[in-house]
Amino acid sequence: MSLLELDGVKVHFPVKKGILFDRTVGHVYAVDGISLKVEAGQTYGLVGESGCGKTTLGRAVLRLVDVTDGSVVLDGTDVAKLPEKELRSFRRRLQMVFQDPLGSLNPRQNIESILSEGMAAHGIGANQDERRERIREILAKVGLPANSLSRYPHEFSGGQRQRIGIARALVLEPDLVICDEPVSALDVSIQAQVINLLEELQESMGLTYLVIAHDLAVVRHISDVIGVMYLGSLVEEAPSDTLYEEPLHPYTRALMSAVPVPDPEAEERRERILLTGDLPSPANPPAGCRFHTRCPWAQPKCSQERPELTDAGGGHKVACHFTREIRSGELPMAGGTAAVVIPAQTTQEPESAPETETPVAPKEEAPAAPEAETPAASADEAPAAPKAETPVASGEGSEEK
Amino acid sequence: MSLTTTASKIDRLAQLTAKTETSSGSSLWREAMRRMRGSKMAIIGAVIIAGFVLLAIIGPWIAPYGPAEQTWRGEVFSNRGQFVGARAENWFGLDHLGRDLFSRMLVGARQTLLVGVVSMLIGLLIGAFVGIVSGAAATLGGKAGRRIDDAIMRVTDILLALPSLLLAVSVAAVMGQSLTTVMIAVGVVQIPVFARLLRGSMLAQGGSDYVLAARSLGIRKRRIVFTQILPNSLSPVIVQATLSLATAIIEAAALSYLGLGNPDPAVPEWGVMLSAAQRFFDNEPMMSMYPAVGIVITALGFTLLGEAMREALDPKLRG
Repeated sequence: MSLLELDGVKVHFPVKKGILFDRTVGHVYAVDGISLKVEAGQTYGLVGESGCGKTTLGRAVLRLVDVTDGSVVLDGTDVAKLPEKELRSFRRRLQMVFQDPLGSLNPRQNIESILSEGMAAHGIGANQDERRERIREILAKVGLPANSLSRYPHEFSGGQRQRIGIARALVLEPDLVICDEPVSALDVSIQAQVINLLEELQESMGLTYLVIAHDLAVVRHISDVIGVMYLGSLVEEAPSDTLYEEPLHPYTRALMSAVPVPDPEAEERRERILLTGDLPSPANPPAGCRFHTRCPWAQPKCSQERPELTDAGGGHKVACHFTREIRSGELPMAGGTAAVVIPAQTTQEPESAPETETPVAPKEEAPAAPEAETPAASADEAPAAPKAETPVASGEGSEEK
Repeated sequence: MSLTTTASKIDRLAQLTAKTETSSGSSLWREAMRRMRGSKMAIIGAVIIAGFVLLAIIGPWIAPYGPAEQTWRGEVFSNRGQFVGARAENWFGLDHLGRDLFSRMLVGARQTLLVGVVSMLIGLLIGAFVGIVSGAAATLGGKAGRRIDDAIMRVTDILLALPSLLLAVSVAAVMGQSLTTVMIAVGVVQIPVFARLLRGSMLAQGGSDYVLAARSLGIRKRRIVFTQILPNSLSPVIVQATLSLATAIIEAAALSYLGLGNPDPAVPEWGVMLSAAQRFFDNEPMMSMYPAVGIVITALGFTLLGEAMREALDPKLRG
């Protein structure tokens, strides 16, 4: 049995309006039916663009937000339905590492007080001396100097603060640690340190992680299984290597195609899928498949029926009606209104191809090419703008609005 | 792996080299104190207040004459406009009943300070209690808590909507004429101010990450309120307390001026003195000048200190 099992978890926030009396006028569907399993000792990575509900899902697992529907089962206990009193003591087994290392530490408590607070709440350690001993051990494990005990959070650097946050979670010996964007607030040089520290600790303490991040490289490095979230639900889930080698869902493919390849020749030849438009509002999600408004392969069926997450073989789960067709190439990439696709043979791209329009793609440098005979430039600069003279290079239907 | 060991080596190096830095760590309060010491405003304010407090304590002993002694009664005739100004034996001159003004000022300092401090404390303690209940209910009490908070806040809104002097006068009218009345009246006016301020500050802290972290650690709600939220919400309240000492003294003077203060002539108070002196302002303006200037300087001292504290405690200016 898995350590953590989520089944159909939904978190809906009511939208209220009214001058004197609040009226519920709608809901924000932050998390809308997520089922996943995290195996003991493994790391589950959750990726998605900002606003897709990944942080809310993490908080729902800890029940820092109320779960509207579904169950969050940790080791046989449903956290979502636990009474308030039992929940408090149960929280020892579920801990969280926060995104903002400074904001998540009380500025008026010193490190000893911050770290012993949780132990005192759960009756770990008979007295403060015993607790201090444990704190010293954990500080050594996360690589903080022993004289940190009586110092305050503002006296540490960003990386050290995050180590304090990790120590605070680990000192309670939790079964599951939820890391909500554990490194996104840190410098790149410090990110690697913290990621490595998390991995070391997992090995030495047998921890299970649920890592929430938007950085594909971070997630790939640390995760055993990766789930891709889009607008409150999972669109794809697979072991991390499988996912990176062969992304099946159109959204994942677009995400992956945005990652530059460190080989200039491969970079020149690889296919890129540029998503246009913004993430739809979670208060008013599109009908059918949530992704159909931006999907280059969208079919009529997609706007009517919501696809389930189904196994496409080898534990690779995809929520798409046309997984097989897209994989085999039967279904052409026709959704010109939604995306611009640059096929592999397009080498005549202008240098200045800006991709700022795409919300998921980091800025990439397109290979240099003579600008003169490339009308493709116009299609590239404004993927959403219809251009009659767009050549075949920019995809079949990109001129149709 | 190698990265972290390098990191711990660097940490150890930092530990060895950072000899000037105290290993005991400095709390935010201590840092605020350090900044206060460097601020001119704080020093001037503190000196004024220290002088005032000293006067209030030793005033009755160093006063050359008794506050109610009408020693020079035969020299002052207020109905004829004949007054005695400053002279060698009466530094501030005499009042309309032939009493030494300098002595009355010295003795009156104690009453004035008492009115300011007691009324501020009434406002602070009751207001803070209401604020804590409201703020705690709103941040951690769920739906029921938000309703409690709503109810409390509507009541404070009503109190805030009343003009403060009107509220104080009505309290004083109900309770009769005495110094206690003035203190309570001025204090009651401050209650909703402190309550709102603390509640708002707690609400802001209640949504922060470290409160979320404390909840996920499984710390009891009451403990979260008192060890996490409250200590971080106090700084605006402390500043307001200092500033409100100044307004309390002025407001107490206003109430005394309106004739609601202590009528006992043996217990002079600057506000009462000011009120008495204004009848003779045309003939002897200096008589009202002494208590007025005294009140202004004291209020200035508290305001300066309060402003300096606000700056020292502002986390955005931390450097």
